[in-house]
Amino acid sequence: MSETSVAKKARPLSPHLQVYRLPLPAVSSITHRFTGIALTVGTLVLTWWLVAAASGPDDFDTAQHVLGSPIGLLCLLGWTWAFGYHLLKGIQHLIWDTGTGITNASAQRSSALVFGGSFVLTAIVWIAAFAL
Amino acid sequence: MASTSDNGFRTRLGRVRGLGSAKSGGAHWLAYRMVAVLLVPLTVWFLISIVRLAKAEHADAIAWLHQPVNAVLLLITLIATFHHAAAGMREVYEDYIHGKLARLVAIGLTNGAAILLAAASVFAVLKIAFGA
Repeated sequence: MSETSVAKKARPLSPHLQVYRLPLPAVSSITHRFTGIALTVGTLVLTWWLVAAASGPDDFDTAQHVLGSPIGLLCLLGWTWAFGYHLLKGIQHLIWDTGTGITNASAQRSSALVFGGSFVLTAIVWIAAFAL
Repeated sequence: MASTSDNGFRTRLGRVRGLGSAKSGGAHWLAYRMVAVLLVPLTVWFLISIVRLAKAEHADAIAWLHQPVNAVLLLITLIATFHHAAAGMREVYEDYIHGKLARLVAIGLTNGAAILLAAASVFAVLKIAFGA
């Protein structure tokens, strides 16, 4: 009888989506997708910037002006973070593809590293951009 | 039985291609990974470059792209980026769009947009690189 209750306690619980707190690697995984989608949309801006540069000083100045406006800078800040995050998470995935680091503890650590690193990378890029 | 299907002149192998595994998934997977590996150093280079061009005047951007090393690396970065973006978006569609036609349309439109943006951005870079 007591053995049964112990076995019951040890059973894994089925995640209930409304109350289930996603583990860090799961949050990290869905963030990878979101940043990937955002960066795909961002290629529109990159193409626009290059085409503006090719079409002449006036169009390029317009592009630089828009990107340098408060909303433009906010978008670029978000873009930088998405870029850094997707880069680091991508490296994590490439390492996972070799069969390395696929344990709960390791995934927890490396996912935290990806989040932390993405903010550090964003800070470095923006400090460098304003300092140079 | 005969090698053609009941509805048409295509072979069974011809019909199954594109409808699931026709032994090409491995190549797709590997190409996605190879391009991702390539993008790690390229995007780091790109990020450093645009930090240095953050406050660039038109002449600075043009002078930067007049250097063959920058033009060539940027061309490779652009093509790899659009390949990676299209492959990534396809993965998202395949996971979340369940209607066969809707999925096909989404993948097709994304591939078309990726080709268009890749061509426009590559043309812009070449125009500047070859321009006076």
